[in-house]
Amino acid sequence: MFISISTTGTAERPATDLGFLLHKHPGKVQRFATSHGEAHVFYPEATDAVCTAALLLDIDPVALVRRGMGKGRGGSPDFALAQYVNDRPYAASSLLAVALRTVFRTAMKGVCENRPGLADETRPLRIVLPAVPANGSGEGGGAAMVARLFEPLGWQVEAAPVPLDETFPEWGESRYLRVGLSGTLRLADALQQLYVLLPVLDGAKHYWVAPDEVDKLLAAGEGWLADHPERALIAGRYLARRWSLTRRAMQRLELARLAEADDREAEEFDNAVDDSGETAYATGPAPGGPAGQPAVAGATSGSVPEPDAAAAAKPPSLAEQRRAAILDALREVGAARVADLGCGQGELIAALLKDARITEVLGVDVSSRALSTAARKLRLERMSERQAARVSLVQGALTYTDARLKGYDAAVLSEVIEHLDLPRLPALEQAVLGVARPSAVVVTTPNAEYNVRWESLPAGHVRHADHRFEWDRAQFRAWAERAAAAYGYTVVIRPVGPQDPEVGAPTQLALFRLGTPAAAGTAPAPAGTSATTGAATTAAVTTPDTTTPDTTTPEGGDTR
Amino acid sequence: MTDANRPTGPTDAAPDTSSPPATPPTAPAAPRILPVTDLSLVVLVGTSGAGKSSFARKHFLPTQVVSSDFCRGLIADDENDQSASAEAFELLHHIVGKRLAGGRLTVVDATNVQPEARKQLIRIARDHDVLPIAIVLDVPPGVCAERNRTRPDRQLPPHVVPRQNRELRRSLRGLEREGFRKVHILRGEAEVDAAEIVTEKRYNDLRHLTGPFDIVGDVHGCRAELETLLTRLGYEIGRDAEGRPVDAAHPGGRTAVFVGDLVDRGPDTPGVLRLVMGMVGAGHAVCVPGNHENKLGRAMDGRNVTVSHGLQESLDQLAAEPEEFRLQVRAFMRDLVSHYLLDGGRLVVCHAGLPEKYHDRTSGRVRSHALYGDTTGETDEYGLPVRYPWAEEYRGKALVVYGHTPVQVPGFVNNTICLDTGCVFGGSLTALRYPERELVSVEAEQEWYAPVRPMTAAAPEPHEGRPLDLADVAGRRTVETSLHGRITVREENAAAALEVMSRFALDPRLLAYLPPTMAPSATSRRPGYLEHPEEAFSSYRADGVQHVICEEKHMGSRAVVLVARDDTALEQRFGIAGPGAIWTRTGRAFLSDDAVTGAVLDRVRAAAEKAGLFDELGTGWLLLDAELMPWSLKALELLRRQYAAVGAAAGAALPTVLAALEQAAGRGLDLGELTERQRRRAADAEAFVAAYRRYCWPTEGLAGIRLAPFQVLAAEGANLAVRPHDEHLGWIDRMVAADDHEAPLLRGTGRLLVDTSDERSVEAGIAWWEELTGAGGEGMVVKPLSSTARGRAGEGRQGALLQPGVKVRGREYLRIIYGPDYTEYLDQLRQRFLGHKRSLALREYALGLEALDRLAAGEPLWRVHEPVFAVLALESEPVDPRL
Repeated sequence: MFISISTTGTAERPATDLGFLLHKHPGKVQRFATSHGEAHVFYPEATDAVCTAALLLDIDPVALVRRGMGKGRGGSPDFALAQYVNDRPYAASSLLAVALRTVFRTAMKGVCENRPGLADETRPLRIVLPAVPANGSGEGGGAAMVARLFEPLGWQVEAAPVPLDETFPEWGESRYLRVGLSGTLRLADALQQLYVLLPVLDGAKHYWVAPDEVDKLLAAGEGWLADHPERALIAGRYLARRWSLTRRAMQRLELARLAEADDREAEEFDNAVDDSGETAYATGPAPGGPAGQPAVAGATSGSVPEPDAAAAAKPPSLAEQRRAAILDALREVGAARVADLGCGQGELIAALLKDARITEVLGVDVSSRALSTAARKLRLERMSERQAARVSLVQGALTYTDARLKGYDAAVLSEVIEHLDLPRLPALEQAVLGVARPSAVVVTTPNAEYNVRWESLPAGHVRHADHRFEWDRAQFRAWAERAAAAYGYTVVIRPVGPQDPEVGAPTQLALFRLGTPAAAGTAPAPAGTSATTGAATTAAVTTPDTTTPDTTTPEGGDTR
Repeated sequence: MTDANRPTGPTDAAPDTSSPPATPPTAPAAPRILPVTDLSLVVLVGTSGAGKSSFARKHFLPTQVVSSDFCRGLIADDENDQSASAEAFELLHHIVGKRLAGGRLTVVDATNVQPEARKQLIRIARDHDVLPIAIVLDVPPGVCAERNRTRPDRQLPPHVVPRQNRELRRSLRGLEREGFRKVHILRGEAEVDAAEIVTEKRYNDLRHLTGPFDIVGDVHGCRAELETLLTRLGYEIGRDAEGRPVDAAHPGGRTAVFVGDLVDRGPDTPGVLRLVMGMVGAGHAVCVPGNHENKLGRAMDGRNVTVSHGLQESLDQLAAEPEEFRLQVRAFMRDLVSHYLLDGGRLVVCHAGLPEKYHDRTSGRVRSHALYGDTTGETDEYGLPVRYPWAEEYRGKALVVYGHTPVQVPGFVNNTICLDTGCVFGGSLTALRYPERELVSVEAEQEWYAPVRPMTAAAPEPHEGRPLDLADVAGRRTVETSLHGRITVREENAAAALEVMSRFALDPRLLAYLPPTMAPSATSRRPGYLEHPEEAFSSYRADGVQHVICEEKHMGSRAVVLVARDDTALEQRFGIAGPGAIWTRTGRAFLSDDAVTGAVLDRVRAAAEKAGLFDELGTGWLLLDAELMPWSLKALELLRRQYAAVGAAAGAALPTVLAALEQAAGRGLDLGELTERQRRRAADAEAFVAAYRRYCWPTEGLAGIRLAPFQVLAAEGANLAVRPHDEHLGWIDRMVAADDHEAPLLRGTGRLLVDTSDERSVEAGIAWWEELTGAGGEGMVVKPLSSTARGRAGEGRQGALLQPGVKVRGREYLRIIYGPDYTEYLDQLRQRFLGHKRSLALREYALGLEALDRLAAGEPLWRVHEPVFAVLALESEPVDPRL
């Protein structure tokens, strides 16, 4: 990987002053050992008029991999580093940032003992980075991102995308940019900006993000970061993925290997949990300090948006309305022991635990990572024994029958069935309705007709990348009635969320109850709920239409 | 003597009390034979000092005896610490329970003179469905007290033995009533000394009978159909003077087995009984009772039963028979044993089905289960109880053959089969030939009795995808393989596999196989090479494998192809109709577009048809191991995000670096080797880009897709993966030749046979590899020609399983694996460790073949799925992914 720094000058103010500023003699070729390979500094040109210093970091790819493969503390969190086929030897990443800091440490501090005062002056500078990895998708692309980061600092930015492979133009452009920066700045500022912004552009760091990273960021950002319009973005990405990284590194290995066996990206298999932001659920009175966010987050939380904080004042999200509708249905059937099948990160479990009528909750999910996230967010380890005894989380797959699921009053399949390939659905029906056979089953799923009302959803798209299908109201009803009949249940279907006269509500809920309609009619209905028996084909309860469509996400902010 | 599996009638109420009533304690005792059932709970009863421990030591294995003193010692470090008794007995009961659960004869050495103590033991025996047996050591209290005095380790207060003796006296007469099914009382020292224990088999244990058998479903008085069926099965029917059938014998020595419900509803219950009783009496048949025999027997014994479900017909017909016949019938029914274990325990016959945990057991509960089956507690629309689908949960090794529930078409569900095809309701009478597993049926001559509910396939449908249970795959498991012994799957690997299998994979019914990983050849020391064929040939030669086949490695992705001859061909074996499927190493659908999958399958099917493979292999489907090209078809995302990206970064950076270096050199700077090194880097990066580009080409629908099958894994009833590789390639060559030459889909596989003992042959193998890889090929795979191969056998053991193949990858191809300039770092890269990869390759190979064996044997889905799932789980084990 490579960076060149050029400046121009005159006989009175020669460009070769760059050598003094960098503390590297323009007539020499110097070599420095860094932890990832040798760094070479040389000057392709050095005249009074123009002087260019080049830093070439000759990365040892094998050493990089051997280091990257380690597990736990010594290992690197960047999964890409574990690959021998790796862009790190060519692209400007955090490795280059570290090399810059190692090789030009004094210059970066703005110290120049031989020529006092020189370091405080601005100079015309031109920086060339032939391959900058810039992840800017969704934010205007890589080139726009470079501009957003550097232009406010006084740089003129040229950023030309590099094609992936000219033989296959249909593959499009790579994430690399050939970047040229021109501006008149103090060299020390320029180096510090590069030190911070190269990793920000890359979005991946090769070493563990430790708490002192915040201090490093504040130090390197002194004098320019505070007024930068994109400071939130910079802080967020510089300290990116700080909480989830270690967990991911530890938990995803088995799945990552399976993905690798199949020539897939690890994320394609390991996508059951959304790693963005994580806060504990409020599950009643709980001891201890602030949930989830350790103290160091406070240093930047003023500028990093917190997803949940702003939501408080809003009307209930669709996810909340869905949970309320599920709780209503569970109360209606008088369920005390409830199995949440496909519990994801435990949002519904948290809601169930707040209801004293629910004595026992079994959370089942196929994703081990979802379960450990749920355990963390529910703060199971810190619950009182009596509270903790109400909930258990187990791994299970609903396409397999499972004796542990037998004997519950009710099972909930909230936003679950659409994550199954349609041909596998009969196996789920059999496992839940046929074998687990709870007295009641609550199923929710998106109403595909409503998708046209989501402004952010392109036409014809499903609401979540992992949705294998989305049904309209007629399809859901047909399925529910067939499944109910096959397994001796009766079913009623209800809308959840704001009712649209044309396309219905965003979510549809089916409440299955074991037994023939006659038998269901004799079951005592809890006080305060409307009778639903005999209404097998009509929507019996309508959620009041009090809210406007939630425009945040079609999933209603619910990631499972 | 009684057996709990026999009907409980008045005659059973008094168990065998084998105590000679009037033997004076002083008389020289004759040897006393004490029969003990081989799986039972033997409870010794006697006062302290009666000699129970010595008796137990003399007659039983030390491990069979659980003593309260020992348990007291475990709990409290002191065998006499009475304060620890409660815990000690809790422990004793726990151990007894564990032993009985494991089906092991267990002897309790404790005083057991108090009824409460015995009651708990009887309950434990019943909980585990084994017989409780009491052996009482009734030794005079004086003798006991004297013994206790002389034992230094036991200091009993003087009142203890007399008290225990009083308790014993009170207990003696009531032991049978308490529930002991055998009670042996030994009076006095001499009798104790003279006792001999004889182990008896359980009544249901006919494991020594190995058949072959013809198992006959519910007859229900259909004598004519039974005669026809027996005749069709090859039995010769013997008749009495009146021409009535009274026996049937098979000239081949086969034995008939009746699953019960011989009687009721039908036209000639006495005729059926006469025939079957004759066969049983002559040793030509065995018979288990059905619920109808049970009720009829009770009715004939004068018990109060509700006369329904065709019982009246039997009673009327039997009333016309002579009293003597009726007595024979009553005796016959009384002696029927609820179920039988046959053929070394591989076959279990009973009337209504039996879970595995009851197979070797004897209790009222087991008998009731065998006769009536289990119900869910729900009733169906006809008011009949809904049967619990026990067969779907059945995971036992023994084949369970039963009747009781009429089905239209009998079929195997998890190694069980119901043979009741409702003959009396106008269906048919069915027999199962065992071990052939063939069904033989005769149609009913008429509907003899109207069914309450219509005849439907009431047995669980194996086609519903239901039979797989989480317990079949989850957690730490050990899978038995015929090739490589027991293979363990760890919990974390199973968890990952469960996630992938349930979220991404195809229906497990189709996924009869996942390909194993393959190890590379040993690391080459040749300058410039990491892998070279030399090592592959020499290692097989060292293991005594003379003939190997080198197969060209295709530049695509692994694909398993299941292709059906027609759209119904898969239904019987896989339970799914359709053209078949194509899947990846992890069981995902290979192509996202079903239409393209269908088009590929169409072409494969057509080629196999034209090549005559379906007919030749006698199959409606083929399972192929193949490589699907191009690689970019499946791995495009990976190519774009990793391989092409690295090429792009290198292509952008290195020319700039070289230009800067040249400019610096132009200034006269001494750059040493730096420039040369960066030039090599640039050349390596270009070579890397060239390497991956060979694996990429555009496809449009079927156009551009190439499929290179290299093995025919399986066909109906046959695991073909064990056949020699030249045979496989022969079949495949014919398919390739039969493919459309204008726009070929199928690609042949280049191969070369090498004799590892012939230097020139080895040289030719190396030259072929050099030629292949020199032209940009990925490399080759070297396999023992015979397919499965073992190393040299050792003393008394077979040789270890050898690698089923090793890959030898080309020098340029390895840039995609080890990085563009890996050739600069060969010394470091040579320190790679192949041990785990090789072990993994063997384990996965053995599991894959195990799945194919099980599929070929027609084993239930869970048995096929188990090793397939294990392959997926093992793929998530940590192993260097570059190997």
